[in-house]
Amino acid sequence: MTVVIDKRAAGGAGGQPAGGPVSAAERARAKGDAKGSLYKPRQPIYPKLVHGQWRRLKWALMILTLTVYYVTPWIRWERPGALPDQAVLVDFFGRRFYFFGIQLWPQEVYFITGLLVIAALSLFLVTALFGRLWCGYACPQTVWTDLYIYVERLFEGDRNARMRLAAAPWSFDKLWRKGGKHLVWLGVAFGTGGAWIFYFRDAPTLLVEFWTGRAPIQSYISCGLLTATTYIFAGHMREQVCTYMCPWPRIQGAMLDEHSLQVTYRYDRGEPRGAHKKGADWTGRGDCIDCNACVVACPMGIDIRNGPQLECINCGLCIDACDEIMDKVGRPRALIAYDSDSAVAARSCKTAPTYRFVRPRTIYYTVALTLVSGIVLWGLVNRAPMTLHALRDRNPTFVRLHDGSVRNGYTLKIANRTFEPRPVAVSFAGVPGARLSSPGEPEGVVRTVVPPNEVRAVRVFVSAPAESLTAKSLPAAFTIGGPKGDVKAATTFLTGAEAP
Amino acid sequence: MSERERDEHSGTETTGHEWDGIKELDTPLPRWWLWVFYGCIAWSVVYWILMPAWPGITSYTRGTLGLSDRSAVAAELGALAKQRHAGEAKLRNASLQQIEADPDLQSYAMQVGQSVFGDNCATCHGAGGAGAKGYPNLRDDVWLWGGSLDDIRHTIAVGVRSGHPAARGGTVMPAFGRDQMLDGRQVDDLTEYVVALSRRKADAAAVGRARQTFADQCAACHGPAGTGDVARGVPDLTDGEWLFGSTRAAIRDQIWNGRNGVMPTWEARFSPETIKALAVYVHANAGGAAEPIRPAQQEGAGTSAAGR
Repeated sequence: MTVVIDKRAAGGAGGQPAGGPVSAAERARAKGDAKGSLYKPRQPIYPKLVHGQWRRLKWALMILTLTVYYVTPWIRWERPGALPDQAVLVDFFGRRFYFFGIQLWPQEVYFITGLLVIAALSLFLVTALFGRLWCGYACPQTVWTDLYIYVERLFEGDRNARMRLAAAPWSFDKLWRKGGKHLVWLGVAFGTGGAWIFYFRDAPTLLVEFWTGRAPIQSYISCGLLTATTYIFAGHMREQVCTYMCPWPRIQGAMLDEHSLQVTYRYDRGEPRGAHKKGADWTGRGDCIDCNACVVACPMGIDIRNGPQLECINCGLCIDACDEIMDKVGRPRALIAYDSDSAVAARSCKTAPTYRFVRPRTIYYTVALTLVSGIVLWGLVNRAPMTLHALRDRNPTFVRLHDGSVRNGYTLKIANRTFEPRPVAVSFAGVPGARLSSPGEPEGVVRTVVPPNEVRAVRVFVSAPAESLTAKSLPAAFTIGGPKGDVKAATTFLTGAEAP
Repeated sequence: MSERERDEHSGTETTGHEWDGIKELDTPLPRWWLWVFYGCIAWSVVYWILMPAWPGITSYTRGTLGLSDRSAVAAELGALAKQRHAGEAKLRNASLQQIEADPDLQSYAMQVGQSVFGDNCATCHGAGGAGAKGYPNLRDDVWLWGGSLDDIRHTIAVGVRSGHPAARGGTVMPAFGRDQMLDGRQVDDLTEYVVALSRRKADAAAVGRARQTFADQCAACHGPAGTGDVARGVPDLTDGEWLFGSTRAAIRDQIWNGRNGVMPTWEARFSPETIKALAVYVHANAGGAAEPIRPAQQEGAGTSAAGR
């Protein structure tokens, strides 16, 4: 069902009312054609603090996500021997990625790819169902901006006080409030950058190294870079990162449809809007009293009553703001709510709204998500603890020995992905009468012990008697015994025989 | 100085120069540019003090920081030597057989050997060590001077006909034809004889005629059966390996001109540890047949270990 919505027909309040707060985006649009500049001037946004269920959820999620971010590198996880005891560690020097009981090698980067595909598909599914929840609640840009606005509020007060302070001439009061805010911002930024580097090196060791000047230069550079970006993005750029830099607002259009739940102004109930005197009659008018509480609460500086907009991050703060007002004027809550376009359209046609969560696109996303998660999980469970690669010498490709037999040289790369040393015996098949040897070993025996979490390169020679040299190239294979059965590596044996 | 003329259009002073009614303006330099310029001058003075700067007749001002490319290179080489110290000590304290039998030590020696081989040996023996005409194949099981670890190490150290006092190759192959020791027909017959030695079809009459010539001229070095002598680097003529080619023309040419291979001594260029690593690399790539483990001994330069 597609419903064409003409909002102007519903209310007749298309233009902005004279006086009262106007959304920052609205003001920016009006000033957008400023002469001489290629860029729209930024309108400072002073979001007003609101109270309500969505605000409480945002606080809770902010505490949760920040706790996960700061605590994770400090979780210890016992591993045998000299292996790092950090639960989550991206070890560039040792070329390993540790995640609790899982340990990935660079060759297994496809697991990371799989994880990213899972994350993308989850994002698609959640967006199709509930709109941009990621943007509104979990995106680092949102979380840190929220934290920065919290700090700003501590120093400069709420919206009106901040606006007054911004307009006021420089004074001692303004100086210490602004200066204190920026200092704390920088402190938070440094804490953010400082926590990031612990993911890449043993955290307790690095902490000491960092403050005694003995940490790798990369640690200081990364810390400085993240301090700068956090300070700039969360403190100064804020909503501009979402609106101009992030591709997600552009992509989301492909995931949303009229059944997706989004922060929606129920214009069917709200229009025609207008100021309302206490005790006046509510008949013949909408519930929106045009108080602009939703506009001043918006961290993105938009007016949600203009319908779904690119800037909206679906955070629900305007819902809380409006609910407070509705309680005060004695009207039911949820004039602004998580709702779908189709439900609003149905109500405005006086029919019962329907919510459809099972739709072709949500089915596709769920199937794709299940499929990819299944493959990644299956791959992780059935990960080969040992792998074998046979690299045949290319120069010379073969060597003829004095008795007419022919020898090929191979380098076997045996990887042991377990935490215990693995003794292996190598065998060769495919060429009749072939003899196996390895430098320094008695003929016919190729044994080695692969140390834990390492790759061992073993030089192996295969000599085939003259009567076995039946074709130019013979298919062959090396085999080693592994903890989950034999591991085989296919290769060829070059005989030097002329093609018939 | 007289009052300078001002351009009425821009208000800037002119230089007073005029060409066909066009006057050159004396536009002052931008302030920021001027200050950068003064800053550079000030910095150059600091630079002269800190860094090597002014050339003299026999020397130059060295600067208080004492920087020089030469000392920087020396410092880097020192750091490299320090980094390699542990590995070299291990190579020094182990015998060749011990190195090859220990997987970690073997792998280290192979890496050192590969790089040294590529830089120095590959020119003649090829990048893979498979040799070329006149340059022995180091990957097979036929060795002119012996294929044991100790033999290989000694050959690398002293070289072949290299001028080193202990160099291998006191025996040389005469140029039978060119020096008129044998006539053309005799050389032709000998060629057939050598072909027959390597179990190929040959002219029986020629082989018969050459039998006495071979016994007189060749058997002293190559042996009565033509199997050669590793102690003197004399090739085995009965196997499938030919240093200078297996065709009749190539064999005849070798009998006529008697070429002798030459290999430089590497003792002066490489440390004993590097030569050890190289020997292990060459031996291991030629199959690396296990040898009885000998204890590490004081293995000095090639001269001291030169048994033969």
